[in-house]
Amino acid sequence: MSKFSSRITKLSVAVLTIAGLTASVASADTLSDTMSQGYVKCGVNTGLPGFSVADQTGKWSGIDVDVCRAVAAAVLGDASKVKYTPLTAKERFTALQSGEIDILSRNTTWTETRDASLGLNFAGVNFYDGQAFMVHKSLGVKNANELNGAAVCVQSGTTTELNLASYFASHGMKYKSVSYDTTDQVRNGYESGRCGVMTSDSSQLHALQSTLKNPAGSVILPQIISKEPLGPVVRQGDDVWFNIVKWSYNAMVAAEERGITSKNVDKLKATTKDPAIKRILGLEGRLGENLHLKKDWAYNIIKQVGNYGESYYRNVGMGSPLKIKRGLNAQWKDGGLQYSPPFK
Amino acid sequence: MLAFLRDRKVRGYIFQLITITFVVAFLWYIGVNTSHNIEQRGIRTGFDFLNSTAGFGIDDSPISYTSSDTYARVFLIGILNTLIVSFVAIILATILGLIVGVLSLSKNWLIKKLMNSYVEIFINIPVLLQILFWYNVVLRSLPSPRGSLDFFGKIFINNRGVYIPKPALNSTTISIIVSVFAVFIFIYFLNNWANKRKERTGEDFAVLPIGIGLLVVAPILGYFIGGANFDFSYPHLQGFGFVGGKQYYPEFISLTMALTVFTATFIAEAVRSGIEAVSKGQKEAAASIGLSHYQALKLVILPQALRISIPPIINQYLNLLKNSSLATAIGYPEIVTVFAGTTLNQVGQAIEIISMTMLVYLVISLSVSAFLNWINFKMKIKER
Amino acid sequence: MEVYKKIEAKKAPSSSVGAIIWMRKNLFSSPLNTAMTLLAIAFLFWVIPPFIKWAITDANFKGTTKADCTGDGACWVFIKVKLQMFMYGFYPEVERWRVNLTYGLFLVVIVAFKYLKHSMTKIAIATVYFIIAFFLIHGGYFGLAEVDTNKWGGLMLTIVISAVGIIFSFPLGILFAFGRDSKLPIIKSISVTYIEFIRAVPLITILFLSAVILPLFFPEGISFNKLLRAMIGLVLFEAAYVSETIRGGLQAIPSGQHEAADAIGLSYWQKMLLIILPQALKVAIPNLVGVFISLFQNTTLVLIIGLFDLLAMVQLTTSDAHWLGFETEGYVFVTLVFWVFCYLMSKYSKSLENRFNTDLK
Repeated sequence: MSKFSSRITKLSVAVLTIAGLTASVASADTLSDTMSQGYVKCGVNTGLPGFSVADQTGKWSGIDVDVCRAVAAAVLGDASKVKYTPLTAKERFTALQSGEIDILSRNTTWTETRDASLGLNFAGVNFYDGQAFMVHKSLGVKNANELNGAAVCVQSGTTTELNLASYFASHGMKYKSVSYDTTDQVRNGYESGRCGVMTSDSSQLHALQSTLKNPAGSVILPQIISKEPLGPVVRQGDDVWFNIVKWSYNAMVAAEERGITSKNVDKLKATTKDPAIKRILGLEGRLGENLHLKKDWAYNIIKQVGNYGESYYRNVGMGSPLKIKRGLNAQWKDGGLQYSPPFK
Repeated sequence: MLAFLRDRKVRGYIFQLITITFVVAFLWYIGVNTSHNIEQRGIRTGFDFLNSTAGFGIDDSPISYTSSDTYARVFLIGILNTLIVSFVAIILATILGLIVGVLSLSKNWLIKKLMNSYVEIFINIPVLLQILFWYNVVLRSLPSPRGSLDFFGKIFINNRGVYIPKPALNSTTISIIVSVFAVFIFIYFLNNWANKRKERTGEDFAVLPIGIGLLVVAPILGYFIGGANFDFSYPHLQGFGFVGGKQYYPEFISLTMALTVFTATFIAEAVRSGIEAVSKGQKEAAASIGLSHYQALKLVILPQALRISIPPIINQYLNLLKNSSLATAIGYPEIVTVFAGTTLNQVGQAIEIISMTMLVYLVISLSVSAFLNWINFKMKIKER
Repeated sequence: MEVYKKIEAKKAPSSSVGAIIWMRKNLFSSPLNTAMTLLAIAFLFWVIPPFIKWAITDANFKGTTKADCTGDGACWVFIKVKLQMFMYGFYPEVERWRVNLTYGLFLVVIVAFKYLKHSMTKIAIATVYFIIAFFLIHGGYFGLAEVDTNKWGGLMLTIVISAVGIIFSFPLGILFAFGRDSKLPIIKSISVTYIEFIRAVPLITILFLSAVILPLFFPEGISFNKLLRAMIGLVLFEAAYVSETIRGGLQAIPSGQHEAADAIGLSYWQKMLLIILPQALKVAIPNLVGVFISLFQNTTLVLIIGLFDLLAMVQLTTSDAHWLGFETEGYVFVTLVFWVFCYLMSKYSKSLENRFNTDLK
């Protein structure tokens, strides 16, 4: 059977490739596949300001996109060698499972079910988020527990939709659910007044508020009703790749903690005496080899993508239109949750 | 040996054998792969998920629903909503299509042109585009609840939908419904009797006027018998929006409008070509044996035109039913939206959920096809 | 030889010509007709002048930013600014000549077809054209930069999907039509099952199937890209409709043709391809164009699975922070484009119907 099946596989692949359409064959060894094809296959959101957006020329940016770029920098030495696949919420896990992409970095909430029952592994949390409500100011609502009877716009098939239902149920309130498939539709529904309230992750609400015709006409309520740890996801069963993604991200966090930035990394590399920094930059120890990567993998990440703080500032923080405070996403020593295990 | 191969029958067997081997091998191949993939990726299987709590809200539901209900109930609501929106749109599209089809043969030049342009315009615009246009442009331009268009303080239209007074389900409404049913049953038997009488005596019996008359009188009678009290619940503004009355949601309205306008063009075409296909000789023959215009229409032209028109019209009903799945683009909670959409996203068991969805359409379509075949059989010209 | 003076024919009596008479005959022949005419005129007055006012007289054509749209009418500046997005999606600007060249070559091929008689040369040219078109648009060979399919969008994507749909569903549909008409029971039942199953379910479920289930059918590691998945779904779906249309043509062929072909000793495939199919196609082509029109319209569904076709561009462009709230203009523009394409196709099918209509009527 296996011989027969592999022959049919080859045949069908050949037919499809001849048909001129790209069917790719990946094996369980994602690292060497990535090396040989020369780019990282990354699944991102179809468009969410601050997380992953394409500009007019099709160039992607965002805090989720930076994770992919970091992996590309670590593996291939060039952060631009990423092939982005924009995915809807429905397709995202299938795309990863089938090997269409190798990293899913698409504001995906880490839950037990997803981690344990879908054959996936979450490689970290690049953004700690929580669900909140945005309302039209004209409604005069100050607090989420005044929302009884409101029509709420929500994206369907997300954890958000479930949190919404359980929040209202647990507070003995009723609501009218208006659900849409994409973030854009939700925003349009809210803006046109189809619903008076919109709920989503707090960061998304900030992002979407900035794109409204009249941002000042809306207000985001202070309550956070859920935990939404968002992070990159990889397939189960390829631990080498899992480690690479996990530690590429950790390198960004650790770099911020140690004060290494894209600006000073060259100088530090030449002058530093700090053994911790030396290990991160590959001047000491065998950290790169452990990951099956080159010695300067983390250097490449910091040089080309920047540390976590830089990425945050540029995409969602004060350097961006979103202006989201660090909050839970501050370094652990500043009272946040971003904490890289030691580079030892 | 070669001669044996040249036998057409033998070659047929061999060819079929090869084909069936390929099909079975292919199915086996994807079956093995799928089960292997499911096992390896740790994807859950089976239909247990139907009994677990859905946890999300559906607003526009014909039966009671809360977020603590199960996925099985979501599935049911999806089917019901598909049927409701298709049913309403089919009725409206038939009426509109009939009118346009008949008028497009009118002798009035302007009316004819107007009807032709309607068909030419809307038949050539993708139905999904029409749905989005109704939803994102037409209904979006309506005012917000607080500035609703107000008709006599009873009916309200705003960007959350259309609100009308809703009669309570009491003795009055029930007796009206019962009386209408009774009239239909009565007309059915009356018609049978009239047909038999006609075969026997050749005399006509005016079933149609009597039927229409009864349909007007019976509900009025029913209204008074039932206690003459509708006990309307009126919509009124409260809190964030309207409460009370019956609400038609913008999603429902835009889907219905778009499907109606799109499908009516095809129905109009079917009606028109049906009537055109009845040859002129038939009309002249009908006139020459002294039938009146109405008699000619009823006894000669329509029976023949209908035989041609009805099969394509029923096919359009099927298309409309399938097109109602486009609701997923605007979020009307029919089966594709709530089951193949939201539920699939929550549960992730694609194979079970997509198959169940397809099965629903399969069952509906095949029953309609069976009905269509039965009609075709009934309407076949009986050659003796 | 006597020369007769030509006598001019008498003019029709003034009571039967002229605009007023025409109107009386065609618009006001009876009270009912008069009422309907007036109603129609009222309706036109209600619809057309406001639309013209919005779309033309009050509209804004000049400028490059939202601030240039001052009137109450449509803001066509939006379409002007976003036109490239509507046409090409994210296709890189420097590579767009490749798409244009493909369009241009298409016109050349159409013109060439007018002058070519031999159908085998036509088929050969068409095949070569599609291969060239693929290399041009996709690139990656002969020094052309590869343009990844997720950068394809707008009208160009709509056309690519439709073209692939038509090219592949056509032969597949013919095969299934032969299968359904076959005397071999197994072939027949496989074809019937396939056709009836596909025709019973909506396209969107097939697209979902190919988006989320298809990857499970193949061993780990084989994956199809998103566009390819959508195309597979569309082709499998439309093939069933094509096959039913062609079967309609096959059934119109009198059995004498089959018997005659058998009698001169043609094999099954010779008979079907050389005798039956050409005649059946002639009958089926007008309806086939109808199927292709609906295929073209059906490509809009790919927006539901997250591809950016022409219709999806409306949602994408109107969510640009600088251009919020121009849905109406976007939808009207896209409607116009779709309408023109479909209308031309349907006119073409009408003309074919007349050309192939060899009956005396």
